Amino acid sequence: MENLNLVLPEIFISLSIMFLLILGVFKKNSSKITFNLSLFTILITAIITINETFSVSRETLFNESVVIDSMSSLMKIITLIGGFLVLVISSSYLKTFKIYNIEYPVLILSSILGMMVMISSNDLIVFYMGLELQSLALYVLATYNRDQLKSSEAGLKYFVLSALSSGLLLYGCSLVYGFSGSTNFDIISNQLNSNEYVLTFGIVFILVGLAFKISAVPFHMWAPDVYEGSPTTVTLFFTIVPKIAALTVFIRFLYVPFLNLIDQWQMIIIFLSIASMVFGAVAAIGQTNIKRLIAYSSIGHIGYTLAGLATASNEGIQSSIIYISIYVVMNLALFSCLLMLRRKDQYYENIEDLSGLSKNHPLLSLCLLVILFSLAGIPPLAGFFAKFYVFKAVLEQSMFFLAIVGLLSTVVAAFYYLRIIKIIYFDKEKDKYDTDHSLWLKFSLTVSTILILLYFIFPSQLIEVVSRINII
Amino acid sequence: MNFPILSSLILLPIVGALFLFFTKDKGGNNLTAKYVALFTTVVNFLVSIYLWISFDQSTSIFQFVEDRVWIEGFINYKVGVDGISILFIILTTFITPICIISVNNSVKNRLRDFLIAILIMESFMIGVFCALDLVVFYLFFEAGLIPMFLIIGIWGGERRVYSAFKFFLYTLLGSVLMLVAIISIYWITGTTDVVQLYEIGIDVKYQNLLWLAFFSSFAVKTPMWPVHTWLPDAHVEAPTAGSVLLAAILLKMAGYGFIRFSLGLFPIASEVFTPLIYTLSVIAIIFTSLIALMQEDMKKLIAYSSVAHMGFVTLGIFTLQQQGIEGSIIQMISHGLVSAALFLTVGVVYDRMHSRLISTYGGLVSVIPKYSILFMLFALASLGLPGTSGFIGEFLILMGAFKDNFLVAVIASIGVILGAAYMLWLYKRVIFGKLINKDLKTILDLNRSEYFILSCLAAPILFFGFYPDPLINTIEVSVTDLINMHNTNIASK
Repeated sequence: MENLNLVLPEIFISLSIMFLLILGVFKKNSSKITFNLSLFTILITAIITINETFSVSRETLFNESVVIDSMSSLMKIITLIGGFLVLVISSSYLKTFKIYNIEYPVLILSSILGMMVMISSNDLIVFYMGLELQSLALYVLATYNRDQLKSSEAGLKYFVLSALSSGLLLYGCSLVYGFSGSTNFDIISNQLNSNEYVLTFGIVFILVGLAFKISAVPFHMWAPDVYEGSPTTVTLFFTIVPKIAALTVFIRFLYVPFLNLIDQWQMIIIFLSIASMVFGAVAAIGQTNIKRLIAYSSIGHIGYTLAGLATASNEGIQSSIIYISIYVVMNLALFSCLLMLRRKDQYYENIEDLSGLSKNHPLLSLCLLVILFSLAGIPPLAGFFAKFYVFKAVLEQSMFFLAIVGLLSTVVAAFYYLRIIKIIYFDKEKDKYDTDHSLWLKFSLTVSTILILLYFIFPSQLIEVVSRINII
Repeated sequence: MNFPILSSLILLPIVGALFLFFTKDKGGNNLTAKYVALFTTVVNFLVSIYLWISFDQSTSIFQFVEDRVWIEGFINYKVGVDGISILFIILTTFITPICIISVNNSVKNRLRDFLIAILIMESFMIGVFCALDLVVFYLFFEAGLIPMFLIIGIWGGERRVYSAFKFFLYTLLGSVLMLVAIISIYWITGTTDVVQLYEIGIDVKYQNLLWLAFFSSFAVKTPMWPVHTWLPDAHVEAPTAGSVLLAAILLKMAGYGFIRFSLGLFPIASEVFTPLIYTLSVIAIIFTSLIALMQEDMKKLIAYSSVAHMGFVTLGIFTLQQQGIEGSIIQMISHGLVSAALFLTVGVVYDRMHSRLISTYGGLVSVIPKYSILFMLFALASLGLPGTSGFIGEFLILMGAFKDNFLVAVIASIGVILGAAYMLWLYKRVIFGKLINKDLKTILDLNRSEYFILSCLAAPILFFGFYPDPLINTIEVSVTDLINMHNTNIASK
């Protein structure tokens, strides 16, 4: 008998999804209660995850197709927290656009379920199932504001390109299966022989598919359009939550089945990393829409995360996870600010709309100042430490080129962050924005800004949690 | 010594800033905020004086050391002072209250935020000078960019945006390579603790590259020719108090870094690259002095003179002679006082006439005599007249240089003459001559607070000019030990 306690979070969340769907269909005007219940669901799931699996060192289930270890638990918790905060701050935005419906929380819950399956997967098929579940939910979420042309366009674009990448991924999986004779990661890892020429193709296809999902250069083309077109709260969801899951899968693929083939994939990852860092920094300079700019900046940040993965060491993986955690907090804070730029039921998302913000809204501007300097990686803010750990891991492997290119692109990236700060602080002021924001929005902004600002006082805690993750 | 006196020095301005943060912003005329900031910085100055009094001059061991685990098994929060760093800390705590008194007229809006930025800046600068761990040093070194960027950008002149960006990106670009070097040092030796690194030493084969990486950061910050171009822009556009902080303290971070890290950690590489430093320093001295001669803008002239003076400093450090290094330190302290004073004197007439151009002025001596006398004192100190602190520094540096390299010393001496030329010519054009500009007839002489701060600066300039012993006694043992350590390292390799 399998120990089903270990997959209790997944079971609970899927039952809740079904229940909420039924509730939403049969009860009229139930969007508020669905919202609250789904928040509750996420909380309970997170608690179950902490209780049931956090102390587990490594357990496998269902013929070793699902793995529960410290990495999966940690990533699930980050995903759940991210999902919770996205859901909690999106209600007022959705109400403004009159799309405060029951589908939104259910879709978010289903994509979270898909991600949790992905995170725990130890088998190609399980992994693919989770991936498709989260993707399907995300397609719909992207078009969620269906009366707006841009939102529909974003959803369609995302669907076409993502389906293409899924196809590549699936093709890669089938090649790998053909050469190893199994879909299980552990067995593949024992069976693979690096002399097989075609196997490299399989790995490349899988990596390309995954790179699509995390929008690493040169597979990033969809990101700016989709991020710009989707409703802002969905963009927030896109920029943080799927990346966590995709990163986990990236780590699993590289370090479980393909660890012996490190010579084949290391160069690819280094290339992806450098291209993303440089391109993300350069392309963001000319942007005028904040959401597009965030899209490019998130491409850059993914580059740094990949730099940690390229090292093929436990320190590297840990630093990537630290990076993505801090990145989640920073992005959450940034989007909370963005959601506060509201005047008479209209949201503003151009950089010019921030002009002179510091005169009318000193506290909001101060938060933005902290967040942007942190994103730029200036000490003593959290963003600096994220980069610091990554480059520490990179330099341990004497990959000087990667480190120097990465650090130089932070200087380029600093330019566009500074540009926003300049617009906020040095330019002429415009009209005031509304200040009657929901309590949760204020809460998430305050807490995340304080975390960013004061991270340097207790940097050890995060490292301690992450240091339990030893894949290799 | 159990009381964490250095940490309290670092934290006190931040506490003051936090306090200000929770008061109401009343725009330009916010006396409460000013008194709070002034009180904080004066207390900090007194604490630092206490630090100097209780400092033991007979040893080069780091004192008042605090060592706390910060990131498990990786970085310790370690601070401490020796004879070299303590003077810079006192300079910082001395200059900051003067800046705060001086913001009477130059800052019209958001005075509270300006004071917060200055206070935070002070705590970062003190942190730089007492950090004994490379990562902690880097944190403070880089963090200072944020408040300075805002000071230039929000309260600066017309082209403030350009200058603020140039300042920020230039220095950041220089510093990232230092970060690579710091992490590499950690992987080579297993520690970033400076004291331990002094004992262990770094393998010769890495030293050159690491030295260059540190150099790239310090050269931009010093600034050395040819990466000095951010400095004139930043100085011209920054408000007076910002210029003072920049010239008096920020530039000294790099000079201090050269002594503490470049010399201390990479002795072999320092020998190797001495010709490079000599060349760049000599070019900086001659070339920027010539540029300074041709300036129309007073602030720009003083900015270029800063580059030239910092050229002397780098020259002195890399003579690797007792006199040279002592001279450099004294020159840095003296330049901190003198350039601060010069920027403040320019600020005084700028506040009244709103022009920094030399051609606006002329014949000031007949209308504002007090101002003219003090300006003369500072101009003479800047050109290194005996009896002022500027002389001691330059003289010691040239003495060290003559011992090491005759040619370089001779060329550098020409720089002294050029320095006299541009300073005296500036003084002549501004103060003497006929009073042509009619507006100048009604100009007011120094008011009480201006008189007070300029006298505060004049006193140590004259005092240390006649009696430099307190400075030299403080640094002597540390410098001697630094050179001994250097020589043993060279001899053993």
